[in-house]
Amino acid sequence: MHRRRLAPSGYLGCVLLACLCVSACFAPWLTPYDPRAQDLAAGLHAPAWAHPCGQDKLGRDLCARLFYGARISLLVGVMSVAVTLTLGVAIGALAGYQSGILDEFLMRLTDMFLAFPGILLALALMAILGPSLTNVVIALCIVGWVGYARLTRGLVLVAREMEYVTAARATGATAPYILIRHILPNIAGPLVVQATFSLAGMIVAEAGLSFLGLGVQPPTPSWGSMLNEGRLFLLLAPHLAMIPGVAIMLAVLGCNLLGDGLRDWLDPRGEIVA
Amino acid sequence: MQTVVLRRLVFILPVVWGVSTFVFLIIHLIPGDPIDLMLGETAAQVDRQTLRRQLGLDQPLWRQYATFLQRLVHGDLGQSLHSDRPVHTLIAERLPATATLALAALCVSVGLAIPLGVLAALRPRSWLDTGSMIVALLGVSMPNFWLGPLLILVFSLQFGWLPVAGRGDGSLPYLILPAVTLGTGMMAVLTRMTRATMMETLREDYIRTAVAKGLTMWVVVVKHALRNALIPLVTLIGLQVGALLAGAVITETIFAWPGLGELTVRAIQQRDYPVVQGCVLVIALTYVIMNMMTDLLYAVVDPRIRFEA
Repeated sequence: MHRRRLAPSGYLGCVLLACLCVSACFAPWLTPYDPRAQDLAAGLHAPAWAHPCGQDKLGRDLCARLFYGARISLLVGVMSVAVTLTLGVAIGALAGYQSGILDEFLMRLTDMFLAFPGILLALALMAILGPSLTNVVIALCIVGWVGYARLTRGLVLVAREMEYVTAARATGATAPYILIRHILPNIAGPLVVQATFSLAGMIVAEAGLSFLGLGVQPPTPSWGSMLNEGRLFLLLAPHLAMIPGVAIMLAVLGCNLLGDGLRDWLDPRGEIVA
Repeated sequence: MQTVVLRRLVFILPVVWGVSTFVFLIIHLIPGDPIDLMLGETAAQVDRQTLRRQLGLDQPLWRQYATFLQRLVHGDLGQSLHSDRPVHTLIAERLPATATLALAALCVSVGLAIPLGVLAALRPRSWLDTGSMIVALLGVSMPNFWLGPLLILVFSLQFGWLPVAGRGDGSLPYLILPAVTLGTGMMAVLTRMTRATMMETLREDYIRTAVAKGLTMWVVVVKHALRNALIPLVTLIGLQVGALLAGAVITETIFAWPGLGELTVRAIQQRDYPVVQGCVLVIALTYVIMNMMTDLLYAVVDPRIRFEA
């Protein structure tokens, strides 16, 4: 039996993402501290045995805020990816399979969205909607579906000419049935890879918006806002900015490694091992 | 070539229209009364009416849109609510700083990425290849809002070699940290792409012929392989330049760099919507124009595109 193996870096990506999920899901069990509990006398304390990541300017435990912040990153990332993937795939599949005027209209619509750099459109939307967790997800969803729509359209355009689609059509299958039962399972690979990279993008975008004060609002812990607060004390307490930064980097690195690994794994030209 | 230029120009017209319409709608999409947001609910009725008239919000929507487009054609982007100065003047003052930063970041990224990518492709699976790919992966994964403070901590606060923030007198030391921060992401993407395209090009028959002719390695790599590998890189660089302008929003905020990005963020925080509209419009249009120029440049460097057109 010949099979392809996920590269070791892909497994490392899985481990990093698993750590993110564990931190997010089991935050109350991983730390005894409340991420909002203040201890002003202990403000800016360096990492110690009782507080392994130190305390911020209000004396809140950084480790607890890091674990609870993982919830925000993961929640925003997963929700945005789920919505954009569904929306983008539906629009792209419709455009690719139907062609004609609908395809032209949908593709010109995507061109308009692509005219804005992602972060700028997200910023403009946050200026309209106002800062909040729900609005961050809405803004990222409006920005993020375009990539999936473009990719899906391209994949469907190729797939619809395949013999298995012609055969399905000959049996009298309807367009939605062919798309859902035959084409989508065959184009799922590249979409999963794209979703993995997109998760990294969404985590960074959420942190970036929070960093600018336009995302999740205090006192809710978010890695981006923690980094922004920590930046003011770079000389006195560098760990306040460095630790959330490392957390963001590891989460993004995990997504990128897994995405690279999956892409190579799914590539038919890749090495096959016995 | 003229056909390609004309086709691209016609193609971007609906996009430009879409961008300007979205920018017009920014104020109208705000939930509730935008005047409440800008002045606060406790503002005097006279002030509210004056602002409403100044922004044209007392007119029917179609007339507001027509006036907006008419003013836009004349380069009039309205008045800032905060500083009471014309928006186009504010943008014109900030644009050179952003352009300088984007250009410096481009030099940093291209200057590092191409040699790194070429060396990695020449020695695949060597320590050099692994090292450059690790650098590239870290560069992709490291958000600029973390890299910036990290560089400030090391090079400004610990060693005191470079200034912490601002543009100072416009000299080079002020530019280094923001440019490295902004250029790192692009450098990482370009390194990976250069490596991939060079590895593909080095497998071509004409490279084997060039080597068989007895040409030196330098000539084969630079004159034969790199020149051909550069074609897809041109597209990527063009697309990334547009992205640099957007990335500058965060980098300029970190380094208090007086550019368009910093102006945008400050305008959003101050709810100065005419400035937000102006900045979004200028950045998006620059992005569209950069993408169009990339397409045209692609046609210049690759004759097949011209002939297909």
